[in-house]
Amino acid sequence: MLNAIFKLKCTVNGVKIERDLDSSRTLLEFIRVDLGLKGTKEGCGEGECGSCLVLVDGKAVNSCLMMAVQLQGRELTTIEGLKGREGGLHPLQKTFMEEGAVQCGFCIPGAIIAAEALLRENPRATSEDIKRGLTGNFCRCTGYEKILSAVEKSKSCR
Amino acid sequence: MDKFSYIGKPVVRKDALVKASGLARYAADQDFAGMLYAAAVRCPVPRIKILGVSDSKARKVPGYVTLVTHKDIKGPNKWPLVVDDYPFLPETEAKFQGETVALVVAETQKAAKNAARLVEIKYKELPFVEDPLKAMDKKAIKLYGDDNVFAKFVIKKGDPDKAIKEAHAVVEEEFTTNYQVHAYLETQGVTAVPEADGGLTVYSSTQCPFYVLDGVAAVADLGYHKVKVIQTVTGGGFGGKEDVPALVASHAAICALKTGRPVRLIYDRKEDFNSMSKRHPSWSRVSYASDKNGKITACVVKYVLDGGAYSTLSPIVLWRGAVHAAGPYKIENVRIEAYAVATNKVPCGAFRGFGQPQICFAQESLVDDLAHKLKMDPIELRLKNILRPGDKTATGQTIGASCGLEELLETVRKRSGWDSKAGSHNPNSTRPASGPDKVRGLGVSVAYYGVGLGAKGRYLDRAGAYVNIYKDATVGVNVGNTEMGQGALTVLSQICAETLNAPYDNIKLEEVDTSKVSDSGPTVASRTTLMSGNAILEAAAPIRAGIFKTALDLLLAKGAQASSPMSAFRGVFSIGEVSVTFAEVVKECWNRRMKMGEQGWYVSPHTSYNMGDGQGDAYVTYSYSADAAEVEVDLKTGVTKVLNIYAAYDVGRLINPRLAEGQAQGGILQGMSWALYENLVYKNGIMLNPNFTDYVMATIADKPEYDIVFIEKPYAEGPYNAKGMGEVPLIGVAPAVGNAVRNASGVRVRSVPILPEKVWTGLAGNRK
Repeated sequence: MLNAIFKLKCTVNGVKIERDLDSSRTLLEFIRVDLGLKGTKEGCGEGECGSCLVLVDGKAVNSCLMMAVQLQGRELTTIEGLKGREGGLHPLQKTFMEEGAVQCGFCIPGAIIAAEALLRENPRATSEDIKRGLTGNFCRCTGYEKILSAVEKSKSCR
Repeated sequence: MDKFSYIGKPVVRKDALVKASGLARYAADQDFAGMLYAAAVRCPVPRIKILGVSDSKARKVPGYVTLVTHKDIKGPNKWPLVVDDYPFLPETEAKFQGETVALVVAETQKAAKNAARLVEIKYKELPFVEDPLKAMDKKAIKLYGDDNVFAKFVIKKGDPDKAIKEAHAVVEEEFTTNYQVHAYLETQGVTAVPEADGGLTVYSSTQCPFYVLDGVAAVADLGYHKVKVIQTVTGGGFGGKEDVPALVASHAAICALKTGRPVRLIYDRKEDFNSMSKRHPSWSRVSYASDKNGKITACVVKYVLDGGAYSTLSPIVLWRGAVHAAGPYKIENVRIEAYAVATNKVPCGAFRGFGQPQICFAQESLVDDLAHKLKMDPIELRLKNILRPGDKTATGQTIGASCGLEELLETVRKRSGWDSKAGSHNPNSTRPASGPDKVRGLGVSVAYYGVGLGAKGRYLDRAGAYVNIYKDATVGVNVGNTEMGQGALTVLSQICAETLNAPYDNIKLEEVDTSKVSDSGPTVASRTTLMSGNAILEAAAPIRAGIFKTALDLLLAKGAQASSPMSAFRGVFSIGEVSVTFAEVVKECWNRRMKMGEQGWYVSPHTSYNMGDGQGDAYVTYSYSADAAEVEVDLKTGVTKVLNIYAAYDVGRLINPRLAEGQAQGGILQGMSWALYENLVYKNGIMLNPNFTDYVMATIADKPEYDIVFIEKPYAEGPYNAKGMGEVPLIGVAPAVGNAVRNASGVRVRSVPILPEKVWTGLAGNRK
């Protein structure tokens, strides 16, 4: 196995970092193993379930499908990096809690990231827009109703 | 006036903040110094004779540590469950594609996976059986015993043959249902950590830490006192983390003992599909007979579950299915025969509903067919026959006062607009649809669910709790049942806070640690609120008495009138204008050196069921549901879209309405997804679609509009009169959808999933 060492420079949750990186690492492995940020989850490893979603330059990406070297010069935001305006809870985290959108919670970081990417692009997303934006996020617990209402409700507190 | 502080209130979940912040630690999220990684080597075909296992190629992988086989097992090579037919690791024969044959251990996850691919199993393929009905044939290859039957149950009441002969109308049909994969988002995972005394601490994603304890103690040949199982935050269960985490943990345990280092074993999605338990596929033949007024006079059921290669939980899944197989109706003459059968496929086990959804689909579809035959409204027919308090079930059990089924059915009738939508029983009725080639229809179902383990599991039906009040008035609670997403930590905290008059925020329920509480059985059968809730009540009772007495002393000392009653609300005790806080009272209790930690233990009441004739009380109580589904069927493609689900439930008193609603919505969607989309395919004993690309599940875009109502019929034995919630919302969804498809399109599909091609074929047949 030829695993070249790659010099990665990027921004992680607002902090500039430099790392020597095994070039065969996926972005998900880099986040979980090298950075030790465990809020990003592996649900399938094939880009189907959305549990590993992160923001790269503000766009939602399945981190299991992207190589870590592709992060060069770019900005990564994980669930740990989402913050509200005054540094407290992010509005989506707040409404997910209040609406009861969290059950087992494993899909929730990915769902919140998907919603954040959607609302950054379209702050006035309709219910149909939200459904379209979150079709890539499996949740086996909630039946999606409270996830939908949490995203809807968060629009007014952004 | 509302007398409760927390019961019946939609308080925010205890675990919502850590989960929404990404800080919750699931099985794969907590690292240990010196940790190694295991990966499974799996049987590639349906059935093999094992001739040898070689790691000569795997050894070349950098970071490779060792191979682990059955020879490394310390205790007897039998996983202790219901019947001991499943070895921890096979010695001479592997019986299904995906069965773990050996494990490799390596320094990294990647090295372990790579090495596992390079381990060679030398084997000879053996003939196999795929179809459970063929496995029941006398000439079939024998996989289990002399008839391939893991378990058989019979329920007999009255004389159904005579009743059928004398009936005005008889309907009889065959039904099938396919697998359902739990698809919990967190796959199976565990870390086993060797301790200095030769023991093990096991961190497991599980519903049933005490099953993990049984498995690990057995495989490691350790006393239970040297094995500690700690549940990690668990990313969904639905039954899929009932029995099987014990097998996964036992594998990690032998790897940890062999290497002397912590070993993590996390399944990838494909191996989780291939090897972990599923909802059983089923075959059934059901008959109902009635008189001319629509009174159901007989029900006969033959019910077969495809158990897969090992018995695991099949016997008890089958028993629950059999007990409920006639439906929630009072019927004088019943015969139910149920079989769980061995095949060379993945062993099936627990899945939300536990053997009931399959047979509910069959019998509730057939009740609709009976209504058609009688030219009666399906709701009217059901109202003539459903169980009400005082009625007797198929097993002769008298239904207690906590039964709101009639109100549930009337509720969904009203809310779905059943009567105004031109009568669901009239297939020619026209309703507005979203296009010219689309038709809409309504379908209904009713279901009941025996709460707790029932007579078949009565020896396991107990639960413990430890309630400990710290000096600062915070409260630590240990229970033996788990949080897996359903909300146990929250609901049990509400029960504890209410009982002690402690502020809800002061309560901390711990994830289960098997060294802290006695074996409380599994977290299954919608039993946790009832069992652990009652155990908390018992533990808290003497502390409550002490606290309330001390509170009264303090109030009187502060000048309160002894003649007025004391009120206790949201952490404050008061008489008139004089009040003390919970914290002040607890401080005084500690000053008085009172006992502030107590154990509780709850044992479910006796159930009289007789396994011989299937008569007697099967469960301590039942929860109930009524569902009405409104669907739109595309006549050109056969595609069904569920527009609305109107559901009503009686689960006793609600402890937390928001959580209960979440359970209902999640159960409905899981039931709808099974009814319409989920289709695991085997061909020649090989699973063809073990991934989320090819195994289709409902997404947010498929979500129907939910209309959910709770009718709370208090259950006297339940904590604050609650029953059980988790499973009942899933059970009746598939037949309600199937009945709606028939109502809309005239096509009756008798197999789940109700795929577009089945509807389309039916439409094509009707056009001829």
